[in-house]
Amino acid sequence: MAAIFFYLFAGLTLGSAALVVANRNTVNGALCLLLSLVGLAGLFVLLDAYLLAFVLLLVYAGAVVALFLFIIMLLDTQPAARKPFKPLTLAAAGLGGALLVMGVLSFLTRARLALAGPAETAVPSLKAYAERLFTTYLLPVQVVGFLLLGAMLGVVVLSKKLDSAEKAR
Amino acid sequence: MPYVVERTPLTFAERTYLPQILGGLKTTWKHLFSPKVTLEYPEERPTIPPGYRGVPTLVKDPNGREKCVSCQLCEFVCPPKAIRITPGAIPADAPTANVEKAPQAFDIDMLRCIYCGLCQEVCPEEAIFLQNQYSLSGYSRGDLVNHKDRLYELGGTLPDLHFKWDKKRAAEQAGRAQH
Amino acid sequence: MVEFWTSLPLFVQMLIKGLAVIGVIFPIAGASSMAERKVAAWIQNRPGPNRAIPFWFRWVPVIGPFLQRLGIFHLMSDGLKMLFKEDPLPGHVNKVYFILAPIVAVTLAFTTVAVVPFGAYLNRGGQVVPLMLANVDVGILAVFAVASLGVYALILAGWSANSKYPFLGSIRASAQLISYELSLTISVLPVFLWINIPGGDGTLSLARVVEFQSRAGFWGGLWFVFLMPVSALVFLVALFAETNRLPFDMAEGEPDLVGGFHTEYGAFKWALFFVAEYSHMLVGSAVFTLLFLGGWNPLPWISLAQFAGWLGLEGSPILVGTISIVIFLGKVLGVIFLFMWVRWTVPRFRYDQIMKLGWSGLLPLVIGNLIVYALAIALIQK
Repeated sequence: MAAIFFYLFAGLTLGSAALVVANRNTVNGALCLLLSLVGLAGLFVLLDAYLLAFVLLLVYAGAVVALFLFIIMLLDTQPAARKPFKPLTLAAAGLGGALLVMGVLSFLTRARLALAGPAETAVPSLKAYAERLFTTYLLPVQVVGFLLLGAMLGVVVLSKKLDSAEKAR
Repeated sequence: MPYVVERTPLTFAERTYLPQILGGLKTTWKHLFSPKVTLEYPEERPTIPPGYRGVPTLVKDPNGREKCVSCQLCEFVCPPKAIRITPGAIPADAPTANVEKAPQAFDIDMLRCIYCGLCQEVCPEEAIFLQNQYSLSGYSRGDLVNHKDRLYELGGTLPDLHFKWDKKRAAEQAGRAQH
Repeated sequence: MVEFWTSLPLFVQMLIKGLAVIGVIFPIAGASSMAERKVAAWIQNRPGPNRAIPFWFRWVPVIGPFLQRLGIFHLMSDGLKMLFKEDPLPGHVNKVYFILAPIVAVTLAFTTVAVVPFGAYLNRGGQVVPLMLANVDVGILAVFAVASLGVYALILAGWSANSKYPFLGSIRASAQLISYELSLTISVLPVFLWINIPGGDGTLSLARVVEFQSRAGFWGGLWFVFLMPVSALVFLVALFAETNRLPFDMAEGEPDLVGGFHTEYGAFKWALFFVAEYSHMLVGSAVFTLLFLGGWNPLPWISLAQFAGWLGLEGSPILVGTISIVIFLGKVLGVIFLFMWVRWTVPRFRYDQIMKLGWSGLLPLVIGNLIVYALAIALIQK
């Protein structure tokens, strides 16, 4: 039973993730991303990680993709004609891809995965999550938080009409 | 005289909206239990005010004589041309033979009638009245043309102050020129 | 009975639970729509719908006319009308998403119902056991997560209709839902800070919140609406916004947007949107009742266990369960009445006022409230 659901959700996640990239229509792409996230949440539920599943739904599916769709609708983008890649784009894509491959490879070779059957650990409780988040992984959380803050400030600066720009007009 | 309304800045309580919303809720709560004002139509009927202009009808005088003499003034004055009269003679042996004419057919097309009341205004015989009838329905266009018998049925009998034709006949019989 | 239930295959159990949700929520949603019309009428000094009656019911002496005056049969005729009238599918819509949108709306709305406890009974040990369909540990988070997906129904409906009024409606609605979700989520945090006492296992369960409102003593029996009035108020206001009810019904906005996101919809698909809206209201009211109005406790300082003790019903779990469900439903219906009462009292906000209220009114208020309560709770529970 669980195996069937696993393959179902895994197929959903991967298939719709592929469709996100392949789709020319941006709204379809965003909705495929949503479907992919729902499949991922399903996988978490199969692992009894309800908290992760619902946080994923709440934050990514409920807010982030909704914002994506919101922006797509506001911009009303037409399916663009395929442009030739710029060298810089190609370089960035190559670098990103290489990083991803390296990450996966290092995970596969260096991580100690319990491949022999399900682990005998109990389902981590809410409290355990919270403790990890505020002790062991406090630094990454803070770093990500600052990254987001920086991005937000950047958006504020970019979108805010400054006085000098007003006067120049 | 123009004057300037002072716009005082909203107080903190007003800016939270809450006191206003609570006041509104109080008002609507009162209305929730106040007596209802709806007139539930088919069971309850509205009171018709005097001077109401309903469906035009033909009336008879208290003696049962049809008052219309088919002069066709209403037909001519009717703005939407809703009235159609076919004049006919009164038989010579009838007691009201001195009236000479009565409508043979009198149709009012209620799909055209605009309830202006000009027919009532113009009628020299006080034979056509816009009365209290306000509800009118039918299944076909034909149903909504009121024929003569229907018009008399709706109109009934109204009191008469003059009995003009009786007086005329009496004057004729007495040899007077005028009644 | 319990043995028979657990002996059924899991699939059948799930099916029965799902059908139970549909069988309960659909009539309640329909009844709410009827109640909405009646409350609107009474507030506007009208009698409201009171005509329809099946011919075979006319002879019932007192009850027949009473139910007719109450408009009960309009409910049935309205539902049947929605089922049997032509279901239009305009030519200019994106058909897949157009049909998907109401299905998404109603599915998500029904899913949230499953994780809300709606009553409790006393087991043999005298402990209060909550009644709920799916006993998910994360409780409130599951409600919020699934409810937050509800915005997609609006977005899909508005976008697929391929026409400007639905589009504007869904743009406004999605911005509004995302904005008020923040205040909604933060406003309940003090409650969960308070119930997660040091030493206990961390929980987000709604049943635990009710348990904390039914303890002994002055502070224990106090409902959280008195303990945390600001949280309760902000939660209620955000709930109005999240369920798209007046004064926040930007999604529909009849005066300026015809019908908002459902302008192009008709018949049963339209009815599904309304069932979804009313079941959102129902779940929202249920969560509000659980969090702030003491759940299935009859009165402040009187818990369900005490109440059952006075009536001498400790031994009969089914009776206690029924009483608790009645109490709980009564409170939920009270909150739903509040929704309707406010709807016919307060005019609609302008869009910029909604955004201003959400971002620079409620959000700072609720963050300040969280800080104050966090400090206070840290001091009290040290």
